[in-house]
Amino acid sequence: MNELITSTANELAEKLSAKEVSSEEVTQAHLDRISEVDEQVHAFLHVNTEEALAVAREVDSIRAAGGDDAAALHPLAGVPIAIKDLIVTVGQPTTAGSRMLEGWMSPYDATVIKKIRAAKLPMLGKTNLDEFAMGSSTEHSAFGPTRNPWDLERIPGGSGGGSAAAVAAFEAPLALGTDTGGSIRQPGAVTGTVGVKPTYGAVSRYGAIAMASSLDQIGPVSRSVLDAALLQELVGGHDPFDSTSLTDSFDTLVSAARNGSVEGLRIGVVKELGGEGFQPGVEARFRDALEMLRGAGAEVVEVSCPNFRYALGAYYLIMPSEVSSNLAKFDGVRYGLRVLPKEGPLTIERVMGATRAAGFGEEAKRRIILGTYALSAGYYDAYYGSAQKVRTLIQRDFDAAFAKADVLISPTAPTTAFRLGEKLDDPLAMYLNDVATIPANLAGVPGLSLPGGLADEDGLPVGIQLLAPAREDARLYKVGAALESLLEAQWGGPLLSKAPVLGAAKTGEVN
Amino acid sequence: MSDPTLSFDEAMEQFDPVLGFEVHVELNTKTKMFSSAPNAFGDDPNTNVNEVDLGLPGVLPVVNKAAVESSIKIGLALNCEIAESCRFARKNYFYPDTPKNFQTSQYDEPIAHDGWIDIELEDGEVFRVEIERAHMEEDAGKLTHMGGATGRIQGAEYSLVDYNRAGVPLVEIVTKPIVGAGRRAPELARAYVSAIREIVKNLGVSDARMERGNVRCDANVSLMPKGATKFGIRSETKNVNSLRSVEHAVRHEIQRHAAVLAGGGTVTQETRHWHEDTRTTTAGRPKSDADDYRYFPEPDLVPVVATREWVESIRAQLPEPPAERRKRLKAAWGYSDPEFRDVVNAGVVDAIEETISAGATPAAARKWWMGEIVGRAKVADVEPAELGVTPEAIVELNGLVEGGKLNNKMAAQVLDGVIAGEGTPTQVMEARGLVLVSDDGALLEAIDSALAAQPEVAEKIRGGKVQAVGAIVGGVMKATRGQADAGRVRELILEKLGVNA
Repeated sequence: MNELITSTANELAEKLSAKEVSSEEVTQAHLDRISEVDEQVHAFLHVNTEEALAVAREVDSIRAAGGDDAAALHPLAGVPIAIKDLIVTVGQPTTAGSRMLEGWMSPYDATVIKKIRAAKLPMLGKTNLDEFAMGSSTEHSAFGPTRNPWDLERIPGGSGGGSAAAVAAFEAPLALGTDTGGSIRQPGAVTGTVGVKPTYGAVSRYGAIAMASSLDQIGPVSRSVLDAALLQELVGGHDPFDSTSLTDSFDTLVSAARNGSVEGLRIGVVKELGGEGFQPGVEARFRDALEMLRGAGAEVVEVSCPNFRYALGAYYLIMPSEVSSNLAKFDGVRYGLRVLPKEGPLTIERVMGATRAAGFGEEAKRRIILGTYALSAGYYDAYYGSAQKVRTLIQRDFDAAFAKADVLISPTAPTTAFRLGEKLDDPLAMYLNDVATIPANLAGVPGLSLPGGLADEDGLPVGIQLLAPAREDARLYKVGAALESLLEAQWGGPLLSKAPVLGAAKTGEVN
Repeated sequence: MSDPTLSFDEAMEQFDPVLGFEVHVELNTKTKMFSSAPNAFGDDPNTNVNEVDLGLPGVLPVVNKAAVESSIKIGLALNCEIAESCRFARKNYFYPDTPKNFQTSQYDEPIAHDGWIDIELEDGEVFRVEIERAHMEEDAGKLTHMGGATGRIQGAEYSLVDYNRAGVPLVEIVTKPIVGAGRRAPELARAYVSAIREIVKNLGVSDARMERGNVRCDANVSLMPKGATKFGIRSETKNVNSLRSVEHAVRHEIQRHAAVLAGGGTVTQETRHWHEDTRTTTAGRPKSDADDYRYFPEPDLVPVVATREWVESIRAQLPEPPAERRKRLKAAWGYSDPEFRDVVNAGVVDAIEETISAGATPAAARKWWMGEIVGRAKVADVEPAELGVTPEAIVELNGLVEGGKLNNKMAAQVLDGVIAGEGTPTQVMEARGLVLVSDDGALLEAIDSALAAQPEVAEKIRGGKVQAVGAIVGGVMKATRGQADAGRVRELILEKLGVNA
């Protein structure tokens, strides 16, 4: 395979800055890869060929000219990136994976997109997702599912299956995702890639179409821990347009990732995130990782978070409640789809009703209805109110756990990638896939998923999740980088080098 | 068809009214409550909007600090407690004037609560109105229904929506139930809204123009049998947007409720629409306490924190409350109750205060403003202060009269000249050749002619009918084209005829 597409973002950045390759070559190589494999993978909803190449050429000419402008280029300048189609972009459609916004062009850029433009990363296009980020398999996209590059009959995780699959299939070295209950980390786990949900407020949400405002967070998707750190440092930081964004500077992430170490660190195994419901192959790889960490000088301790058992229940009250309100704006009045009722009077109420009936898919409707009910007078205290109390209890569990451990560790998802369609008719089974990722969203703490190896029973990737206290994102990168290098030393290279070959050259062989 | 009513007197014989008001005040901040779009009135539709106001996908609100400060000022002026920390909530309902299909509003955590305001009626009776809360929220857009006969949504072919007003900062001031106003309830309603309007204008936080909807009142009315303590069922008359309408709407609702109750019926809990032309209300939508807006705390905003230091620094900068200021000025100027009331009603308190500071006596200031300028403003259909007469000009003009250079009639002409922009009073006087004839020689000549022209009148005066002197004075004034000091003319006539006045 072309080295330009298998390199990490950091490797590309070094080659670009040494003028060994041009950004145009790198960008064109990724566009070619998309042409070659995306018919199979379907990671992209929109490919942004012309603009990406124009930005690449601009970077190349700045670098060629030298001087202050070249010196001022961001380290990632010229490294292409894919954007989850939940994040609004001028000049490219933003659909949120929904018929409701099919063809809609945002007149404004999300804050993270402004930063990406300023740093001159060519944007390759917009990646597929479950509609409005609601799902764990990307099967709820209105535009068809994305497939897992490890096995095209399996799901790439969700909601950010498109971003994870794009990175896993070498269609992009970097991608942006959003994580409300695991939508960056769980796809990372099942595709053998790295995904980080930063501390709530570490990255501006302005321009990320809201699913559940108090849980949503934008974060990086990549093939290495260092690449994720580079991207989070680029897109993070305080934004006056997002009142919930933190004023802390997260500027030690890259150096943490470059100086990975677990020596003397206490790593807490969350007792409740394992056992029943967790696939044996997942647990085996998880135990291997623990052994490796011990061997590298970490102290592995067990911690208990007894209220985590209520996390899924609380999440499925808080998230739909916020969904029911956040998705109210999609009514056909101002933008997006408008459907007129087939018969009867054309009143605004009936037009809104017809539009929402036609524009939203089943999962979106399920959550809107659930949330509307949970917020209703007479039910609010029992549902939304109780769920918020559980949220406080989970935060206390984290506080207690972090008193005993510097970072926490668990499998990212209880299983490897399941088959397309397998859980589509069983929403509860689908929801259970997020059991280990949801507590971090409820508490606002950062979480990182990195590849932990392949499960013995199915040969599919397993994810290891690291969790740190709020604002301590750097700790994740430090521990994540250390574990990554231990694992890759054992494997003799990145896990993705074991993935089957895709595209025209597909032979079924391992490359 | 209008609803049956009892007369106001009949209603008052049987029932005690209970009032409650929700007054929405639009703040005059430069930008909107949650976005950087301009907060401006009267521009082309949908020009003062950005992605936040239109509720585009992905947008987030940011609280306008100036609006919070204005809200704290209102709370303090209404003697409220200011919350140290308070949150916004989402009020969820689908309507096309609300771009997000929820309104971001404070709900269970208002920024100001538990205050009061003393309302003085015209005869000096004072009612204390208790304030339950004053909370921050955003205004909705404006719908215009097209194609129907009445401009209402019923029968309209389509509707246009202007989001310029969407997101304009509002403070909603809610009273506790007002009991005990009795037959003065309609007057109190008017006086209350007037007082709120005056307070927010005095604070400088709102343009307070009711005709533009800067101050909008929803009036709640219920009746209970005389002597009862359990409140009756209320109606809420929405958007009563002039002081006069507030008074009439409350009176009408009292009379309408009284007719329903006296006939053994039950008042329907509902909103009512006010009709200025017929001075009646019609039923709106039924309103129950169970209206379900599915409120929950706004997750996109952090709590608004008002530190005690900030609140106290705002309190220290508050202007003198209008009612206290009036009390102080009335005493200082020595006006009688009716004199001062007229000054207040004419809207010239500020003007008189400035004129006195410029050097006029309170009596002179009142004479010029109330006697001359207010009338001219009425004719020109502008506010008196907008006529362009400066306090300095009034002091100068008054000096010319008191110095004997002009008589009142001439001074009035000079004032016209000043208003017409012809210059200072002295410049106008000179340019128009208005010079008081004070040369006794010239006057005596004119007096001789006047006496000769009316010998019978001269006889009467000689015979002791001094009041007849007016006819001769008139002749002299006519002969001098008004430029004589009438007092001096009178003296000279009597002197000449040898009569003691």
